[in-house]
Amino acid sequence: MNTLLAVYHANFRVTIATQLQYRASLAIWLLGTVLEPTIYLVVWRTIAQSGGGAVGGYSAADFAAYFLILMIVNHLTFSWIMWEYEYRIRQGQFSPLLLRPIHPIHKDIADNIAYKLVILPVLLPAAALLAITFGADFNPAPWALLAFVPALLLAFLVRFLTEWTLATSAFWTTRTGAVNQMYFVVSLFLSGQVAPLDLLPAPIRIAAAILPFRWTVYFPVELALGRLTPQETLLGLAAQAGWLVVSLLLFRTVWHIGVQRYSGVGA
Amino acid sequence: MQDTLSPAVRVRELRKLYSVHEREAGALAAVKSLARRQTREVTAVGGLSFDVAPGEIIGFLGSNGAGKTTTLKMLSGLLYPTSGEIGVLGHTPSRRERAFLRRITLVMGNRNQLGWDIPALDSFELNRVIYRIPPDQYKRTLDELIELLDLDALIRKPVRNLSLGERMKCEVAAALLHQPQVLFLDEPTIGLDVTMQRRIRAFIAEYNRRHGATVLLTSHYMADMAALCKRVVVIHHGQLLFDGDLAALVGRFSPHKTVIIELADDGVDLRGYGEIVAREEGRATLRVPKGETAAVTARLLADLPISDLTVEDPPIEEVIEQVFAQEAAESTGATAAV
Repeated sequence: MNTLLAVYHANFRVTIATQLQYRASLAIWLLGTVLEPTIYLVVWRTIAQSGGGAVGGYSAADFAAYFLILMIVNHLTFSWIMWEYEYRIRQGQFSPLLLRPIHPIHKDIADNIAYKLVILPVLLPAAALLAITFGADFNPAPWALLAFVPALLLAFLVRFLTEWTLATSAFWTTRTGAVNQMYFVVSLFLSGQVAPLDLLPAPIRIAAAILPFRWTVYFPVELALGRLTPQETLLGLAAQAGWLVVSLLLFRTVWHIGVQRYSGVGA
Repeated sequence: MQDTLSPAVRVRELRKLYSVHEREAGALAAVKSLARRQTREVTAVGGLSFDVAPGEIIGFLGSNGAGKTTTLKMLSGLLYPTSGEIGVLGHTPSRRERAFLRRITLVMGNRNQLGWDIPALDSFELNRVIYRIPPDQYKRTLDELIELLDLDALIRKPVRNLSLGERMKCEVAAALLHQPQVLFLDEPTIGLDVTMQRRIRAFIAEYNRRHGATVLLTSHYMADMAALCKRVVVIHHGQLLFDGDLAALVGRFSPHKTVIIELADDGVDLRGYGEIVAREEGRATLRVPKGETAAVTARLLADLPISDLTVEDPPIEEVIEQVFAQEAAESTGATAAV
């Protein structure tokens, strides 16, 4: 356990040092992170205002709050590992990772968290500024904010494990672009990034609840907005815990088979 | 404690088959291959057996595609063998147990593990933690590597600013920080200039001497082999062609010796003594069948006004070429006979 902490610490240092060398690229990524939800925010706000002040129970101020919280939750839970894996396997950079006496996922988790820590000090003020500009309105109860912490952590773990597992499809086909693209389009809708799930047709809402998508983004957002009852919150946390178990099992199984394949057909 | 009598590396009947997709060139064939994929089994390694003693340096020789890299990858645990047995320090490599990975290293001349944007020292530090190297030992090893490889001025610069040779030295250092007992080096000197090749070579020899590490090395440069490896294994089409002393390889596969003579008179007719390879002012090089070397040199010395005479083995490149040519001829002969 101590070793693992030391590894994470060392990886943080390396990744943060690396990221800080590319300030221009950091600024561009940051702009993308802020711009995408802001566009949806402006669109929905306009619709709400032209539709008599609200759409499906969401006022302009609600939309502002929704998309700004979404921006933060999405930033804290997203990963780019699926793109990284394709590159990694094509360039033969996976083999050195396999020869280290530690599971390769630790490096990826550490890299992911380090990048987020670098961006967060700029992202939070940006979100606050936008919240004031658009008059975002949300007032969660203290218990909801408290429950938001484990909900966010579980969301991160489930999303990371799922995407890492999907990324290992690169073991079977070195062109993972198609798989990635499909996943991202589905997740755009099912995790509530285009519109709050409440506003989407029932089949999509059901699909989002059955699949992990609702639990990896939408649930923590609802919780932080103060839109859930304590019962709904507990149910959500239980669903997240369930998905954590499932994604851990999937991750272990697929990794085991994938790495055997990789070692079988040519590293 | 490692039993010093048992081999560090033990390989028995090691085979690796790949199945590869095949199609004809052209668009039509590309469309056809969508529907039905043609695969063909290719033997990369076809039944190798050898032992390597602790502390030994052995070189793998072979042309491109001979199976050298595949063999090293199987020995380091990156590839599962199709069949056969491998033991490295008593471990089965393909299990990739942590205890095993901490005792070996694989350096590939055309791959890198160092972070591109950060100084090598930061990557070293990461390896210290990952390999759980005690701080004292880390400092000692690092100082030693800095001294032997002359790294002092390099390790604080971002790796992307280093030259190929400088980067390779840092790669080698990163791979050795945990003091592995078995080193798998795949073309460690590829693309480097002669000075840097010599530097890396000298380092490998010194590291082997100081730490008694076992080294398995592949290289295209004969100078690497000549300088480092008393023993070489020649692989051709995945088969073991020769395993023994480098000197014995030359003796076995080259039927000729090279006789170089210096003589004052350029007009002398040398045709009766052997095949004339080169003749320049005051100097001639003859190729003489090995069995006749003694007789020919005696005749040369008796007949001609020679000021100097040396007998040499042909350059090792030439010998290797002959080995492969001979093998190719034999295998075509065998096919023709069937």
